[in-house]
Amino acid sequence: MDLYEYQAKELFGRHGIPVPAGRIAATPAEARAIAAELDTPVVIKAQVKTGGRGKAGGIRPAAGPVAAEAEADRVLGMDIKGHIARRVLVEAATVPFEEYYAAFLVDRAEGGFLAMVSGQGGMEIEELAATDPDALVKLPIDPVTGVDADVARLLAEKAGLPGQAAEVLERLWRVLVAEDALLVEVNPLICTTDQRIMALDGKVTLDDNAAFRHAWEGYAERTDSLEDRARAKGLNYVKLDGTVGVIGNGAGLVMSTLDVVAGAGADPANFLDIGGGASAQVMADGLEIILADPDVRSVLVNVFGGITACDAVANGIVTALGLLGERGLGRPIVVRLDGNNAEVGRRILSDARHPAVRQVSTMDGAAEMAARLAAGA
Amino acid sequence: MAIFLTKDSRVLVQGMTGAEGTRHTTRMLAAGTDVVAGVTPGKGGRSVDFGERTVPVFGSVTEAVAETGADVSVVFVPPRFTAAAVEEAVAAEVPLCVVITEGVPVHDAVRLRALAGGRTRIIGPNCPGLISPGQSSAGIIPADITSAGRIGLVSKSGTLTYQLMYELRDLGFSTAVGIGGDPVVGTTHIDCLRAFQDDPGTDAIVMIGEIGGDAEERAAAYIERHVTKPVVAYVAGFTAPEGKTMGHAGAIVSGSSGTAQAKKEALEAAGVRVGRTPSETARLMRSALS
Repeated sequence: MDLYEYQAKELFGRHGIPVPAGRIAATPAEARAIAAELDTPVVIKAQVKTGGRGKAGGIRPAAGPVAAEAEADRVLGMDIKGHIARRVLVEAATVPFEEYYAAFLVDRAEGGFLAMVSGQGGMEIEELAATDPDALVKLPIDPVTGVDADVARLLAEKAGLPGQAAEVLERLWRVLVAEDALLVEVNPLICTTDQRIMALDGKVTLDDNAAFRHAWEGYAERTDSLEDRARAKGLNYVKLDGTVGVIGNGAGLVMSTLDVVAGAGADPANFLDIGGGASAQVMADGLEIILADPDVRSVLVNVFGGITACDAVANGIVTALGLLGERGLGRPIVVRLDGNNAEVGRRILSDARHPAVRQVSTMDGAAEMAARLAAGA
Repeated sequence: MAIFLTKDSRVLVQGMTGAEGTRHTTRMLAAGTDVVAGVTPGKGGRSVDFGERTVPVFGSVTEAVAETGADVSVVFVPPRFTAAAVEEAVAAEVPLCVVITEGVPVHDAVRLRALAGGRTRIIGPNCPGLISPGQSSAGIIPADITSAGRIGLVSKSGTLTYQLMYELRDLGFSTAVGIGGDPVVGTTHIDCLRAFQDDPGTDAIVMIGEIGGDAEERAAAYIERHVTKPVVAYVAGFTAPEGKTMGHAGAIVSGSSGTAQAKKEALEAAGVRVGRTPSETARLMRSALS
């Protein structure tokens, strides 16, 4: 789960990393009040979970409260790469004397942690890594001993950061560990004209798996999207742009099914993994979510009976169609069952004689039929 | 022959007295696994009757190992207790620890990997485990969809593993290893490729990858230098959009890295034939062996 800049900075503040004074506003009037309270020139920053805000005009200086209101009005509602700015951070304008880059992250490739620090901040880190790789110091961090004062000092020294930055680096590491973050990134980390180190921006990605040991409820965003409705039912659903609805058991198999549908010349409408058990209720919930998508013109159910045998899965599908009633009709459902007890499962489905259901015994063949049906042929 | 797990493996199950633990211990026994012990803290001294065999329960892994000589642990405990369970297995120097649990915090996985060092091989977390058909099963891979043979399989995905095992059931497998789809796992594609290359009971290897990270690219480089047995591969996730997590926490494309296309190209450059679908991958394996 990615955090907004203002949430990242709240975490930084809690761990003793200096950030500019500021607060979040949802309306221009609130922005004006915060600017008046700060009593200093401010910056209005769009809160969106994507990069490139500055270039898109989502970060604007304002000399005082009146300008803050006007600028907030321009930024609120702005669409930045498909992300709508619903709130702005109103923050005391801070002039950097120098800009740096600092990040700690989980290094998938090595199965460990990695520090990345540079004396050159402000620009996109991918750009820096490509144009001047020597300017980016990368250091693997021992997961057991972590970043202590010595490691932090070494990092600051290697990257050419002033000595007082070491303490901030040590605290940033503590954010990663204490908050179960996969990434903490500050770009830019700055040194002010009066030699103070400060985080001018912040990016934090939290590990959803660790939610059970944190109080992250406040970060949840509720909407009425199909994805959120699916999540509420414990389903793993991702909306895509196509017309073939896809349901399967197991993340890898479903990803593979999307590819096979695309290979058959159609675009998948979604990713939906119903997991191992594939009970009737879960199957019904899944079909209901998929059929609620008006773009869906055919549905492909791709189940491999591994632990759960295909007869149980077939009974689940029949019961699910019964639970759905009329809502299940109208759009064809192509079912491919394979694996344990596949013959019995297929017979159960054909005996049920549901008008919407068609069976194909192979994954490739089923995808082709679903693609053809979605195209209206 | 097989890798990591053979008919001589003596398996203990951490969390055997829980619902999942009991259910899958029953299945493991049916697959021929020599399950010698269960471990549940606070429940030592009891035993569980599985019909054909009564398995003793111990309060700690150390005790279970001392009493039964167990050399494989399969972990079925909930995420919040998984780190402690694996730490116990590592402290008891169990050579192989298979972590089935889904939803283990990534920081725990990183720390456990570091703690395990060279003494304990961790497989998983969030994996279906491994099976050497006809010999032993440690995890949840269904035993009755395939047979014993001479193909080795390594995969990030559970159901795709089952799919390929089923398609190639007439040829059969030496060992199939599900390494798990999390960002940080204990055993990598390369670890398995190395073991299959060295295993006299394995003639060819199926490798199943998916989007995210660069494990497949690294595996490709390893194959080019070190693997002489035929390898065929399949990669899932060509149509996955950037920045979306599709079920497996590790299956996420960030920017231009970790795409299925990049992985496919890297593998093909290393001389690995890559199937467009699971079925085509199975056909490629047949022709590699004929």
